[in-house]
Amino acid sequence: MFKISSEPFDPASLQRVLAEARAGACVTFEGWVRNHNEGQAVQSLEYEAYAPLAVKEGERILAEAHEKYALLGAVCVHRVGHLRLGDLAVWVGVTAEHRGAAFDACRYIIDEAKARVPIWKKEHYATGSTAWINAATRGEHATPDARPPG
Amino acid sequence: MTISVQYFAILREQRGLTEERLNTAATTPAALYEELKARHAFSLPSNRIRAAINDEFVAPTALLREGDRVVFIPPVAGG
Repeated sequence: MFKISSEPFDPASLQRVLAEARAGACVTFEGWVRNHNEGQAVQSLEYEAYAPLAVKEGERILAEAHEKYALLGAVCVHRVGHLRLGDLAVWVGVTAEHRGAAFDACRYIIDEAKARVPIWKKEHYATGSTAWINAATRGEHATPDARPPG
Repeated sequence: MTISVQYFAILREQRGLTEERLNTAATTPAALYEELKARHAFSLPSNRIRAAINDEFVAPTALLREGDRVVFIPPVAGG
């Protein structure tokens, strides 16, 4: 299940969705809004999504994770809207019989989602200026082979 | 040919609206982007933009058809 959420959501309820008796491992990742990026003090973040295609691409990533790793379940939810420092921006949870597959799949899903899903982030800085991340006029389009850090 | 175009993120801000219908002689997303980039002074070069037609990624050289809904996708930055 891949979802775009315009409202804050509760990770505990998502984790309950994943619960099942065969699972011996649950790995989760939370992406939080942090107070700095590349030397600038960040005050808040705006996320915007092209929702129909974001959900399709997100579901493709989850299906790929199921093909690559021995998973039992996988969920990813990404926020849109204006988020404050410390807010939960993205949540990934996966379950598997064993921890290796769960760790690997969780990493795969968040890395691919950051590189491929049509979601954009605008940083609001302490100076009052703003910037769309990755939208500099030079450079490559983000691909799974050229991931920015973070 | 009449096409609808939806804008997101930096393109939405530079165009000043979220959606428009327009008549164009462009036959591909790449040609349509160049036309709109010239008209609205979009900052991103075409090699940094991906295209979608009717909610699916397409090649920049895909053929546009009457009534298609086109989205130009700036470099993504989720997470």
